[in-house]
Amino acid sequence: MPVLTRGDGPLWTSRDPREARNRFLKWLFGLVVFFIAFRFIAQETMWEFVADAPFQAADFISRMFPPDFGYTARVLPSLLDTMNLAIFGTFVAVVISVPLAILAAKNTSPHQLVRLVALAIIVTTRSVTSLIWALLLVQIVGPGLFAGMLAIAVRGIGMISKLFYEAIEEIDQEPIEAIKSTGASTAQVFLYGYVPQLMPTFVGVTVMRWEINIRESTIIGIVGGGGIGFLLNSAINRLRWDQVIVILFTILVTVFVAEWISAKAREAVL
Amino acid sequence: MLEIRQLKKKYNAGPLALQGVDLKVKKGEIIALIGPSGAGKSTLIRCINRLVEPTSGEILFHGVDICKLGTKDLRATRKKVGMIFQEYALVERLSVMENILSGRLGYVGFWKSARRKFPAKDIQEALELLDKVGLSGYANTRADQLSGGQRQRVGICRALLQSPDLLLIDEPTASLDPKTGRQIMRLIVELVQERGLAAIINIHEVNFAEMFSERVVGLRDGLIVYDKPAGNLDSSSLTTIYGEEDWEATMPKLDSEDESCEEVSS
Amino acid sequence: MTSTPKEVERVWKKPPRIKSLGLRVLLGLALLAYVIYALNSFEVDPERIAYGMGRAGKMFGAFLKPNFLARQNYIIQGVLESMAMTVVATGFGVLFSIPLILGAAKNIAPRPVYFLSRLILVVFRSLHVVILAIMFVIMFGFGPFAGLLTLIVNTVGFLGKLGAEDIENINPETLEAIKSTGASWPQQILYGVWPQIATRFAGLVIYRADQSFRQSTVIGLVGAGGIGAVLETAMGRYDYNTAGAILLVIIVLVLLGEYGSSAFRRRLV
Repeated sequence: MPVLTRGDGPLWTSRDPREARNRFLKWLFGLVVFFIAFRFIAQETMWEFVADAPFQAADFISRMFPPDFGYTARVLPSLLDTMNLAIFGTFVAVVISVPLAILAAKNTSPHQLVRLVALAIIVTTRSVTSLIWALLLVQIVGPGLFAGMLAIAVRGIGMISKLFYEAIEEIDQEPIEAIKSTGASTAQVFLYGYVPQLMPTFVGVTVMRWEINIRESTIIGIVGGGGIGFLLNSAINRLRWDQVIVILFTILVTVFVAEWISAKAREAVL
Repeated sequence: MLEIRQLKKKYNAGPLALQGVDLKVKKGEIIALIGPSGAGKSTLIRCINRLVEPTSGEILFHGVDICKLGTKDLRATRKKVGMIFQEYALVERLSVMENILSGRLGYVGFWKSARRKFPAKDIQEALELLDKVGLSGYANTRADQLSGGQRQRVGICRALLQSPDLLLIDEPTASLDPKTGRQIMRLIVELVQERGLAAIINIHEVNFAEMFSERVVGLRDGLIVYDKPAGNLDSSSLTTIYGEEDWEATMPKLDSEDESCEEVSS
Repeated sequence: MTSTPKEVERVWKKPPRIKSLGLRVLLGLALLAYVIYALNSFEVDPERIAYGMGRAGKMFGAFLKPNFLARQNYIIQGVLESMAMTVVATGFGVLFSIPLILGAAKNIAPRPVYFLSRLILVVFRSLHVVILAIMFVIMFGFGPFAGLLTLIVNTVGFLGKLGAEDIENINPETLEAIKSTGASWPQQILYGVWPQIATRFAGLVIYRADQSFRQSTVIGLVGAGGIGAVLETAMGRYDYNTAGAILLVIIVLVLLGEYGSSAFRRRLV
C-alpha cells in the first residue's frame, strides 16, 4: 500500500494507480463475460414460461397435499433396491480401484506406460457422471438395477482410484524401507508396509464414496437405472404429485441417515 | 566380513554424495560413523543393504559383492543385515508384536505372513526380546501408542529377530531426549556384544561415539577422513571432520552432561 | 528383567477384532445371506446382456471413430450453453450466498438468523442436482434457464455452508480488535472478517465453478439445457459416433476445468 507524494505532503491510498486500473479492468472483463453469458441464456429462454412459473409451482405444490402415504408400500422395496445398488456399486468400484491405484501411483507402478494407461482409465471414468454412464449402460445390459449398479461402479472407479493412488504416493517411506531391509518379498512389503498405512484412508474413502453413491443411486433410475429414481420419474410423468412428495421425503431421510452413518464410520476408523 | 571398496554414489541432481569410500569391518566390531550433516553417513549405510543404489564400487559381504546381486539374492542378504532407523520406522498401525515379527518376513512365506502364522520358535524369541528390552506385556499394543524410546526398542527387536550378522544403525538417538538416547545406546551395545554382531552406527553425538564404540570413523564430504580406535578424538581431529570450531569450549560441556546422565540411567 | 519362567512354552496369536467366535460366525452368515439376496435383486438377464454385448461392440467401435461434424452446431450450442450456465450461476450464486454465509456463521449472526440460514442451506443441499433440475424444468419449461436455477441453488448451498464454516474458524482476536475501535457491524465484517476469509473464499468459488460445469453436463439429460441434452438426443437415435464425440468433448472440457481451477487455486495461496 503505497504512500504517494503529491504537491502538499504524503498521501496514502490503498493501491497504486496502475494496480487499481488492473483491478478495475479485471472486474470489467468479468462483468462483460457474465452479461454475454446471461444474454445467451436469456435468448434460449421462453419468458412466458418463466412468468408462468409461480402459478405452476403453486399448483403442483398444492397438489402434493395430502400426500399419498399408501404409496410408501411401493417406495420401500424400491428403496431397498437402491441401497443394494449403492452398496454393490461401491464394492465393485473398490475391488477394481485397488489394483488400478497401485498401477497408477508413481512409487508402486511397474512401468511408466502401465501408469499412463491406468491414469487414462481413471480420468475417463471420473470425468463422466454416473447418470451419463447409466445412459450408455442401459443400452448395453438393458434397463434395470444391474445397469444402475454398473454405472455407479464405473464412476466410482475413477473417483476412488484417484484418492487411493494419491494416498499411496503420499505414504511414509521409512517403514517401507524398514520392511524391505528385513529381506521381505515385494508382496510382503505391500502387506506389512503399505496395507497398514493405507487402511484408514482406504476405509474413509470407501465410506465417503458409499454415501455419495447412495445419493447418486436415488436418481440413476431416471434414465432407466432402476431403484427409487425410476418411481420418481414415473410419478412425475403421471403428474401424481402426492406420490412425488412421498418419494422425495423418503430420499431426504435416506440421504440424512447415510450421511450420519458415514460420519460415524469415518470417526471410528481414525 | 564386510569390505567396502571405492564406493561412490551420485544422486540425480547434485554432486557425489560418496566419493570413493573404503571401509573394512571385522566380525563383532562396533563402528561409530560420525560427521557433519550431509557428509553421506546415511547414504553410506543405506548403500550397504541397497535401500540406496550405489553408483559404483564394491561392497563385499562374506566375500560376495552386494552391488551385483539379483532381487532374490539381495533379499537373502538383507535378511542377514538388520537395520535400525532414526525415526524408528515402525508401521504405526500394526501392533508391537506384528512389528517385531516383520523381522522374520524374509524367512516366512507370503500366505503364512498374511495370516500372521509365524513359527512358534520365532514368536518365543520375539517374546524373549520384548522382555529383554523391558517391554513385556506390550505385545498387542499398537505401535503408535508408544513413546519414542519404546518405539526404538521395538525397532531394535525387529532388527535382532531377523538374526543378522551385521547391524546398520542410522542415528538411533537423534529423535530421543539425551537420557533415553543414552539408555538406547547402552541397550544396543549390550545386545550387539552379547550376540557377537558387527554394527555400524551413524551417530551425531561425538561423546556417544567415543563411549559406546570400539572404533570411530569420520566422514566428511563423502570421504573417510578419520579412522581410529575409540578414545582418540581430540580437537584437531574434530576440526578435520567437522571444520573450524572452538572444540575446547564444547568438549568439557559434553563430558559434564555425560556424568549427570550416568546417575539417572544406571 | 521379568519373572516369567523360561520353560513355559510362550505363544502369541493376533487377537481377533471381534472377540466372540459365535458373533463372528453369525456376522459372516448374515453377510453371506445379504449378498445372495442382493445379487438376486439385480435380476441379471444373460440373454439381454448377450444381445447387448453386440451393441456394446458397435458402441465402442463408434466411440473410437467419433463424429464431431454431423451435429457440429448442436454440440457447439450445447457447450456454449453449459459454459454460460456455469458463468451466470457462479455470479448469481456468489451474490445470493453472501447473506446466507453471514447469517449461517455462529460467531457473528444472532441466534434466530443463524437457525433460519442453516435451515435454508440444509434444504438447498439435500436435493440432488438432477431432482432439482427436474423440478425447475417442470416449473420453467425446457432449456438452460431451468439449468441455471439448478446450478444457482447448488452453488448457494455449497458456498453458504463452507463459507460460514470459514467465518466460524476465523481468529476471534482480530475481530475483537476491530470491534474495540468502535466499528459498526458492516465495518467489522469488512475489516475483521472479510480479510481473513477472502483467499479461501476465492478458492471455494473457483472450485465451485468447476463443479457447476461438471453438473451442467448432466442436467441436460432431464431437459435443463447444456451439452447433456445433445448427448441424450444422440443416444436416443443410436447415433453412437456423435455420442462418442460428445463424450470426448465432455471429458476434455471437464479435465481442462479441473486443471484450470486447481492452477488458479494454487496461485491464490
